[in-house]
Amino acid sequence: MSENKEIIFKVENLRTWFPITKGAFKKVVGHVKAVDNVSLEVYKGETLGIVGESGCGKSTFGKTLMMLEKATGGQVLFNYDGEFRDITKFNKDEMFEFRKKVQMVFQDPYSALNPQKKIYTSFEEPLIVHGMKDQAQREARMQEVLKMVNIQPDYLMRYPHEFSGGQRQRLCIARALEVMPEVLICDEPVSALDVSIQAQVLNLMKDIQKELNLTYLFIAHDLSVVQYMSDRIVVMYLGKIVEVADSRALYDEPLHPYTRALLSAIPVPDIHNTKKRQVLEGEVPSPIHKPSGCAFHNRCPHCMEICKQVDPELAVQNTENGHMVACHLYAQAQEKTQPEQAAEQTV
Amino acid sequence: MSEAKTMSIKEQNKGAATSLMKKNIRKFLRNKLAVFGLVVVALMTIACVVAFIGGIDFRTPDMANMRAAPNSAHMFGTDTIGRDLLARVLVGGCYSIFIGVFCAVASNVLGAVLGAIAGYFGGKIDALLVRLSELFQAFPQLVLVMMLVAMLKTRGLGNLLLIFVITGWMTTFRMVRNEFMSLKGETYVKVCEAFGMSKSNVMFKQILPNVMTPIIVSTTTNVAYFILQEASLSFIGLGVADSTPTWGNILNAAKNLQVVQNQWWIWVFPGLAISLFVLAINFLGDGLRDVLDAKQQ
Repeated sequence: MSENKEIIFKVENLRTWFPITKGAFKKVVGHVKAVDNVSLEVYKGETLGIVGESGCGKSTFGKTLMMLEKATGGQVLFNYDGEFRDITKFNKDEMFEFRKKVQMVFQDPYSALNPQKKIYTSFEEPLIVHGMKDQAQREARMQEVLKMVNIQPDYLMRYPHEFSGGQRQRLCIARALEVMPEVLICDEPVSALDVSIQAQVLNLMKDIQKELNLTYLFIAHDLSVVQYMSDRIVVMYLGKIVEVADSRALYDEPLHPYTRALLSAIPVPDIHNTKKRQVLEGEVPSPIHKPSGCAFHNRCPHCMEICKQVDPELAVQNTENGHMVACHLYAQAQEKTQPEQAAEQTV
Repeated sequence: MSEAKTMSIKEQNKGAATSLMKKNIRKFLRNKLAVFGLVVVALMTIACVVAFIGGIDFRTPDMANMRAAPNSAHMFGTDTIGRDLLARVLVGGCYSIFIGVFCAVASNVLGAVLGAIAGYFGGKIDALLVRLSELFQAFPQLVLVMMLVAMLKTRGLGNLLLIFVITGWMTTFRMVRNEFMSLKGETYVKVCEAFGMSKSNVMFKQILPNVMTPIIVSTTTNVAYFILQEASLSFIGLGVADSTPTWGNILNAAKNLQVVQNQWWIWVFPGLAISLFVLAINFLGDGLRDVLDAKQQ
């Protein structure tokens, strides 16, 4: 499905570690491994969903792709019209230009607009910074993006507190679109909104994507939202990717035990469906002291001896749709895992 | 077409701005004490400035009328060497108010800039600046003034201004630093960084407007604080040189018990001027706080 698509982001062994210091001399005693050896490809025009529970590093991953957090290691290659350049090594000017290519929509629309400034000013500033000197031109662009999010241009005169959450998030999306980015990183864009407004914003985002041929990186913890939005989904656990699959494939046929547990947590509005929830035992281990071997082994219902020692590699499981999983269950003979998987499905 | 729309947006922009301003002014006018403060501050300032510019004679002693009680020729009476007290209070007010306003503005600007830098960058710069502010706070102002006077061998206006500014920025610094530390975590700051805005732009154009209210309020109240500081320093004879009248300098004459007991007008009028002005400034500051605080709107 996605083989002949153009790659826009190529992430290789990306690490974002935060040092933990101790004592008067700030001795580094450890690291919070928020993003740990993540490799990933993002295709042009797709929506890549990133899911995982709180603290698994999905937001940090998004911020690292924008270089709002410094990467500790690895590469992030961005496609400049066919030429891949490593954004982690960009200098100030190159970074500034890169800002026009990739923009971000943040989680909290209530603090994303400067409360002291009119929307007009908040919208004008990025354009001025990026060298749009002519005021008429700026206003034309502002009206253009506002039209995309269905907000009247005369609302520009208002202050942020005069808007509802949904309107504010739409304004934030519009502002991000002002510089005509190719990629929009959406960091839980609807989790702060009412469910009724969520659908409205999500549909709007889909429409905009179609219109502008945008690439979305959609970070969320709400699985139904991600399923609705995404073409492909990445499941993260403790800073690592455990599974990558097409949206349909992931929901029909989840491979990793963690993904299965996540999916079983989606409520189904059907009283006859007495599905058994697969409840995970224990807590997420600390990202400072990760368990040896597979990070998930202490909560995994299928834990084997090898899981405690060897960290599984992310490997392609299904060459047809590019389904990838990092689990020892699938590294072994295919036939051994199939029945087990079937048993899991019936539950 | 687009030109017409541009015009309309700009026009409306102006309209909205003035309406907000009007709303704030109305709110301010409803506060009786604040209006009283504003009126008193304005009247006293105007009177002092007019007298100063008009070249009122505050130097020439009236030898025939030394220590004269208030009368038709000298409304506030005359001081121990026969100088007209009204003229001295007016001209002295000019100096006092200038000292208060200049020091308040300068120390607040210094404090705000350093606070912005410390709060926004954090880390080592922050630690350094905080230690520096603690150092200044721990150092007695009086000793600094005496040191400077001893070193420069003159008692001048400049010394006083310098000392007040370098010993007065810490409160604002701490306030602005704390505000910056909490505001830099706000999403709109991240948005601006994501747009690639420069650090100074983010600091001074994005975050600082949100800290302006407490800065303005603290500047107003600091004016009163510095006027009092100057008065007390001049009273004990460490302030401005004797030739320059300030409210504190005039009061200096009241160090003499003879004067306190027999010539009440020499200390009542400058004392009254100080108290009234400081009180009015404080009312004004409170009123401004009520109007400008966005959280209450």
